[in-house]
Amino acid sequence: MRRSQSVGQRIDWFTVGIVAIMMILGWLNVSSATAGASPVDWLDWGSKQGKQLIWILICSVLAVVILNIEGEFFIRTSILHYVINVVLLLTVLIIGKKVGGARSWFGFGSMSIQPSEFAKPAAALLLAWLLSRGDGKLRDLKTLVQSIAIVSIPAALTLLQPDAGTTLVFGGLIFTLYREGLSGNVLIAGFCALLITVASILTSAATVDYPWIGEQSAIGLLWLILVVFCLIFWQLIPNIVVPRNRRRVRNTTWISLVAAMLLSAGMHTGLEQLPRHQRERVQVLFGIDVSNPDADYNIRHAKAAIGSGGLSGKGFLNGPMTAYGFVPEQETDFIFCTVGEEWGFLGSTFVIILFTVLLFRILAIAERQRSDFTRVYAYGVVSILFMHYLINIGMVLGLAPVIGIPLPFFSAGGSSLMGFTLLVFILLRLDAERVSVLR
Amino acid sequence: MGAIFDGFLHLAIQTAQTMNLKERQWVIGGIILLMSVIFIGRLFQLQLGPSAWKDYAARITEEREIIDPARGMILDRNGEVFLTNVPSYDLLFTPRQARLAGGLDTIALSQTIRLDTSELRAALAKADAYASYRPSPILKQIPNYDYAQISGELWRFPGLQSKRRSIRTNAGGLASHLLGEYRETDREDLNSGQGYRLGDYKGKSGLELEWETRLRGKQGIKYHLVDVRNDFREPLENGQFDSLPTSGENVTTTLDMDLQAYGERLMGNKRGAIVAIDPRTGEVLALVSAPSYSTDFLTGKNRGAHYTELLQDPSKPLFNRAMRATYRPGSIFKMIQGLIALDEGVITTNSRILCNRNIIGCHGAHSMDNLEQAIVHSCNPYFHEVMKRMVQGGRSDNIFQDASEGLALWSPRIKKFGIGTDLGGHLSGLRSGSVPDTTLYNRMYGKKRWAYSTIYSISIGEGELLTTPVHMANLAVIMANRGWFITPHTVLDIGGKGKPQSLDSLVQTGVDPAAFRPIIQAMEAVVASSEGTGTKARVPGITVCGKTGTVQNGERATHAVFMAFAPKENPRIALSVYVENAGSGGDWAAPIASLMMEQFLTGSISQVEKEKHILESTYPFPEH
Repeated sequence: MRRSQSVGQRIDWFTVGIVAIMMILGWLNVSSATAGASPVDWLDWGSKQGKQLIWILICSVLAVVILNIEGEFFIRTSILHYVINVVLLLTVLIIGKKVGGARSWFGFGSMSIQPSEFAKPAAALLLAWLLSRGDGKLRDLKTLVQSIAIVSIPAALTLLQPDAGTTLVFGGLIFTLYREGLSGNVLIAGFCALLITVASILTSAATVDYPWIGEQSAIGLLWLILVVFCLIFWQLIPNIVVPRNRRRVRNTTWISLVAAMLLSAGMHTGLEQLPRHQRERVQVLFGIDVSNPDADYNIRHAKAAIGSGGLSGKGFLNGPMTAYGFVPEQETDFIFCTVGEEWGFLGSTFVIILFTVLLFRILAIAERQRSDFTRVYAYGVVSILFMHYLINIGMVLGLAPVIGIPLPFFSAGGSSLMGFTLLVFILLRLDAERVSVLR
Repeated sequence: MGAIFDGFLHLAIQTAQTMNLKERQWVIGGIILLMSVIFIGRLFQLQLGPSAWKDYAARITEEREIIDPARGMILDRNGEVFLTNVPSYDLLFTPRQARLAGGLDTIALSQTIRLDTSELRAALAKADAYASYRPSPILKQIPNYDYAQISGELWRFPGLQSKRRSIRTNAGGLASHLLGEYRETDREDLNSGQGYRLGDYKGKSGLELEWETRLRGKQGIKYHLVDVRNDFREPLENGQFDSLPTSGENVTTTLDMDLQAYGERLMGNKRGAIVAIDPRTGEVLALVSAPSYSTDFLTGKNRGAHYTELLQDPSKPLFNRAMRATYRPGSIFKMIQGLIALDEGVITTNSRILCNRNIIGCHGAHSMDNLEQAIVHSCNPYFHEVMKRMVQGGRSDNIFQDASEGLALWSPRIKKFGIGTDLGGHLSGLRSGSVPDTTLYNRMYGKKRWAYSTIYSISIGEGELLTTPVHMANLAVIMANRGWFITPHTVLDIGGKGKPQSLDSLVQTGVDPAAFRPIIQAMEAVVASSEGTGTKARVPGITVCGKTGTVQNGERATHAVFMAFAPKENPRIALSVYVENAGSGGDWAAPIASLMMEQFLTGSISQVEKEKHILESTYPFPEH
């Protein structure tokens, strides 16, 4: 009894407070987005805002329950959680309900559950378990391969649904691996890969009049530049690299070139293979004029809703774009549009700051742990929340492709709210035990 | 292979010795912070930057609804309605709404609205090309009755809506030539900067065009918030930017509906015109052009076909004979000759002139008429001589020079009677007709190549003289007023503000009123005397003054002309009647004038036999 009291005193109420504010703000915005033109019926439990309120209440209970479960339970059952979730992810591919082209949901009558939301904390737990064994560092190839496997299995399964957003979220666990010893070169390589991807998309949409060959895709020019750049670098190696390292640098150079060429060619052919509307969606993002007014419909309306908010917004329940259905998926993936339209720059910036503060708070929590398990898990939480924040806000602001993914604690939906509650409150419980445990 | 593996391992795994892993929290924190800063920057750009997104949002969420004002009515002088508005419906189509709802069943729609499938498809394609998110008309002017039958079905077709608009209706089908056409704006109107939109209607001719700005009224504007299907949801800012429409003003014409209707009835099976004017005011009481049509015939979806039908009719029903047809005045011109001759002093009321039929043909038994008799008998040689005295007056030894100088004096005096002028310009579309002058004959024959002997046919109202029925009625006005007229006009009042100021202006002919006495005596005798040519113009109990004309028309039957005013003292109506190819003026124009005058002055018709005879008579007219 004494012990649980001390745990209760050590709960990070600051984080709890931020999460609570997010849930309340999210619920208000969901109410506005679902009410449309009619006045909000606050007690209509059948409406989306009513359901969201019920979910918030359920999740509050869930949070209390989790805070009362010993941290040791999560550590010991991490493999079990992971296995159960992988099985669920496999099952949903077979018996899942198809919604919007993706088989991501289990349907129980009027209710639906999205197993991938629960796979995220499970993957973070197992990763923490793996990396907290031994000396807890990514020092050998075996641990690296195991870590990558833990991340890749649910990532691959969600990609098969297909739910590219969730796949990217699992990919975000690379930040956790980085903190635990993965070379920064991987991040740099990832960044380079991103640059080459963007360049490939831009150039493959353009054409260039080549001498002798004639009008062809500009991607050839990109490849030519890459090859020439590498050749010049190759020639410069004896001048700038000490002899001891030359061989390795040469190897790195040509491997990078081959990888870059493969990636670029893959992007190019991949784009060609994509159905037209998806290709146009990608192209719109990069400012390529696709002469199809419907291709950028979502993002155009999202930007218009946010842009029309101005400094202080149109006021709660007063946004016509919110009320009259101009923005698709308004109460789920595009909930930030409601924030932008009704609360303006001040409100939107407040939400951005709220997320930033939450992420930094969890970073701080991570770094104050003596337990490797808790630290790795906390980084998992940061990685997952950050990816959601990055992709969701980036999407509605027209900076990232339109990838459906909820904004944590804001978007309507029971599964995601529950998933994020599990994610954060398991951490808070583990954190509360930080003094009394030595793992 | 080993080298690649070695390189990869080195890239992927960095031991804790090379870097303090705890510091990596700052890399991750830095990335998070960087992204948040980028997001806030983007929000700044979208929400506080140039207003393009705000404008775009306003454009898609706000819709302006134009509320058309009720168009002013056009009334007769007693407030009877010539033109008013009745509801009809346009069917509008918004392509994007249909697309969002998964398309439109065009075959079912074509059956519902009874429009040919290919026509419907063409209309839908046109709407799509114009604006996919805005409603465009696909079927216009569905009458109230038809609309009631289809309105219940419209909900089945996404993107379809109806718009109530009023169409013009001319219930009596009267005075169409004067009232003019009200129809859809064309490209020119849309570009005129007067705020017409595609599908708007406006006056295109006649009074509808002339008083368009007063009849039209002012459009009201309502701003709505719309939803994603472009349906109106609520007023923008509680309607604080909205404005109400201002109805158009009613135009009260000078026409007397009963007289107009009666005139159109009498002329129903004839070609020609009747123009009746109140001599005291210049107000046009009736303006009949026959054959006529109803403006209603040219509204609705069959306008094109009906218009073509009217255009191809050999009797030219679209042609406004009363204002646009120029005829030779014939014998009625003799009165003006007499007046000017008296005023110039070349004759006196007692001057007798031999009816020398060697110079010019004549009719009836008379030989040495004075002025009054000459008018009653319509003696051609008399007026040949009278004009000769004016034109070939011996001002020069050279007969050509003499005739030229004489005509130069004569022509302006005739123009004072309004012939060859626009009569003050208050009747838009009125043709001027023409009075020949020296310039014309110099051009026709060459300078100093013509004398009175060349041009004498104008002395009896033939030759190059041309007048419209309005000008002839105006001559009757001058006779009735003994020397002046008020510029004829058709508008009595607009919007309760009275006549437009410029309308009333009095024009003097410059002829001594005393000179009119014998002429008017003669006009009375034309009707009253047993030997007069216009006895059929008599009206029981009313002294009518008139003059017949029978205008030569080449090989074809003569035109029948009559002008008159009544009563002789304090005249209240002056009119001209012109019946094309009917025969003699006394037989066919005079009785119509009689009936018109009786109708106007007494409000009823006692001459039942005469009326019956006229109503039944049509081409070819029997000889009397």
